[in-house]
Amino acid sequence: MNAAQQLGAPVLSARHIVKNYGGVRALKGVDFDVYPGTVTTLFGENGAGKSTLMKILSGVEQPTDGTILLDGQEVVFADTNDARDHGISIIHQELSLSPNISVRDNLYMGRELRRGLAVDYREQEKRSREVLAELGLDIDPHVIVSELRLGEQQLIEIARALLAESRILIMDEPTSALSANEVEILFRVIDDLTGKGVAIVYISHHLEEALQVTDQAVVLRDGSMTAKAPADEIDLEWIVRHMVGENFDLGSPPDGYEFGPLALDIDAVSVADPKEPDRMLVDRLSLKVQEGEIVCIYGLMGAGRTELLEAVAGRRPLAGGRVTMRKGEITNLSLRDRLASGLGLVPEDRQRDGLVPTLSVGRNISLAAVSTFVRGLFVSRAKERAHADEAIADVTVKTDGAGAPIGSLSGGNQQKVVIGKIVSTGPKVLLLDEPTRGIDVGAKAEVFRLVAQRARTGLAVVYSTSEVGECLSIAHRIVVMSRGRIVAEFDPSVTKEEIMAASGEAVVEA
Amino acid sequence: MSHTALSPRRRPFQGLTLGAFLLEARAFLALLVIFVIFSILAPTAFPTLSNIIVMCQQVSVYAILAIGMLVVIMDGGIDLSVGSTLGLSGMVAGLALQGFPIGGVILYPPVWVVVILAVATGALVGLINGVLVARLKVAPFVATLGMMYVVRGLAQLTTNGLTVNNLSGKPELGNTGFEWLGFNSILGIPVGVWIMVIVSLAASLLLSRTVYGRWLYAQGGNRRAAELSGVPVRKVSVRAYVIAGVCAAIAGVILTSELTSAGPTQGTSYELTAIAAVVIGGASLMGGTGNVRGTLLGAFVIGFLAAGLTIVGISAYVQTVFTGAVIVLAVLLNGIQLRSRRQRKPGTPAAGGASAPPADGVDAASTDSITENARS
Repeated sequence: MNAAQQLGAPVLSARHIVKNYGGVRALKGVDFDVYPGTVTTLFGENGAGKSTLMKILSGVEQPTDGTILLDGQEVVFADTNDARDHGISIIHQELSLSPNISVRDNLYMGRELRRGLAVDYREQEKRSREVLAELGLDIDPHVIVSELRLGEQQLIEIARALLAESRILIMDEPTSALSANEVEILFRVIDDLTGKGVAIVYISHHLEEALQVTDQAVVLRDGSMTAKAPADEIDLEWIVRHMVGENFDLGSPPDGYEFGPLALDIDAVSVADPKEPDRMLVDRLSLKVQEGEIVCIYGLMGAGRTELLEAVAGRRPLAGGRVTMRKGEITNLSLRDRLASGLGLVPEDRQRDGLVPTLSVGRNISLAAVSTFVRGLFVSRAKERAHADEAIADVTVKTDGAGAPIGSLSGGNQQKVVIGKIVSTGPKVLLLDEPTRGIDVGAKAEVFRLVAQRARTGLAVVYSTSEVGECLSIAHRIVVMSRGRIVAEFDPSVTKEEIMAASGEAVVEA
Repeated sequence: MSHTALSPRRRPFQGLTLGAFLLEARAFLALLVIFVIFSILAPTAFPTLSNIIVMCQQVSVYAILAIGMLVVIMDGGIDLSVGSTLGLSGMVAGLALQGFPIGGVILYPPVWVVVILAVATGALVGLINGVLVARLKVAPFVATLGMMYVVRGLAQLTTNGLTVNNLSGKPELGNTGFEWLGFNSILGIPVGVWIMVIVSLAASLLLSRTVYGRWLYAQGGNRRAAELSGVPVRKVSVRAYVIAGVCAAIAGVILTSELTSAGPTQGTSYELTAIAAVVIGGASLMGGTGNVRGTLLGAFVIGFLAAGLTIVGISAYVQTVFTGAVIVLAVLLNGIQLRSRRQRKPGTPAAGGASAPPADGVDAASTDSITENARS
């Protein structure tokens, strides 16, 4: 990849695509070309219009204005099935698998192979095995999808798109749950596909990673295309500059102050796998964090980071060990009591564990603190409102106000609500589990600023991430986790390669 | 870029269009339509003050039952045992008025003790439901289905299926006055209706103004997120079932008093009527949405429809068909409303007729207060 190529005629062209939602223009006349055998990467912040454009190209939505040309012929896709019949497949960011049925049945869901009236299970199984092998997955096609890890499920989604044998494959954040090894497998598959002449449209927030597969880069900002260039003419800085319109730096860890006393002492903590009680997801792990210190836990998917943080927060039972805060041991406290004693967790999956979709922005952000506004029998509305407004301003949520529905916010702002909810309870220790997953560079910088600012005022932060760059920009200390243990510990002068090597991850790019 | 990140740009409703208003106010409009139609069909019988009072009295039992059901449904559960609980509480009240034989003497508790015993029975059934669901992780449908049979069986066991008829008590025993609940009026309005008003106000305040209400809306919308925010989710669920049990018991006491007899089969299938009222009132069976005002309207729609059809002489079988159609229509409209609400631009009021966002930051799901009524 990344080689200069003769692009030839585009297989799919969008001409002057306009999409209005009510009075708002999501796309303002975008021209977009996809070439056979080429990876076209679409860069842009949340809300720039990337997903809207992909939804139009894959038939999920209809453009307000503009035309789509397939092989030079104008086409209109009635729906996704219509687009699929024209050879266009999309892998959505959110998984669209049925967790209750097997891998094989998921792979062929909606387009089962027939033999007479019956489904040809034997042939489906055979081809399933082939495609799984192609993806380097050692998964039995009969396994129920819900038993797979998130990363494996994402690969199943990709396998399904491969089976459709599309000419154009759209991948919207395909790597968000993949480990570095799995990403490598995916990139190899992308390579194979482009070799066969398949056109790929790739969307990712993970810029460095996306750059590796990109042949053509297209940057969207506020519904317009701001830049377009072949991969060998661009670099990270170029992409970020066109995405946000200015030079962007995530900064370095906050400094110029002394750490306080010990805030959190994790002592030989073990967490058992609920499915196999003998297997330890976290194995006698110890970690001490001082007030004002930001400790990054780096590790691959499945290293046990989430399990560790959930156990410390009281979400999972401990199989052994003790957790102590400054005021005393909290090992036997409930999640609620741990929160009250100043230990808060910002969960990894904000849709599943962070937000209440039926509540407003204000109600969401004040949920954890609501019991402190009680006056007599009732919640004091004045206090609740003041708290919500203050928290919204504090974490700089961009919203129409506390009464706006939570679904009206972009991913980054939703994440800020989840963080603001915990931070506004005045914690002493903050556990952040992949807080920047699926949010754009601008929001990421704001999250970093918030964390740094709180650390200066004495908050102890444990920050779990699978992005090496983040560790170096925020952490005072970096610990690397693998198979439930800490395998290395670094200060911020370490290089990315050293961290990745310590995690057992293959060095993707030297 | 997540799917939800896109929603801010969808604006099918600029402000609140007529269609959206009709959708928001559908339960109220349905009630209005029912009232107008039957007033035209039976001008001398339906819209009279005495008939309205009688209808309200009939509705009050269902309404109280439905408010308890609402609390459970908002938690994302369901309580199929409330009809049986109503029956058992009525039996407890009826038997208590007959006195308890203790060591050769018969102890006749005063009426207020009788009422407390009945309500405590309901609370106990609710507690068992709550523990089964929230602590022992039995699916709400199954747990309360089982309890529906158990409690009904217990109600029948108390008298071997017989009805207790003499509920008036004797002045010399100091246990008269039970009928007051079912027969007397204050300011021309039956006591049962007053109790419905009190229960509604209390529930409305509970849901909209207390921490418990906040927690209930939150965990009904996303239990995992609520738990991580420090909401004591199991405790909130247990209390929801206790509230449903207490409401069922109150309804049982009123019904027993109105009928002047306690029958063990009282309230059979009332749980389904209660669920229907909650659904017509706009609550989602998924939990997290709903309000007392809607549920009350739902109960009145069902009650007035049944009463009106009876007055104009339509058979009970046809009534059943009508009621069923109304329920299906309500669920259909709930779905349409949910979809349009998801697509509404941010900041647009999700409920009420006003075009400005609710002043105090309340959201669509919890516009459940009296002040909200006053505003629109």
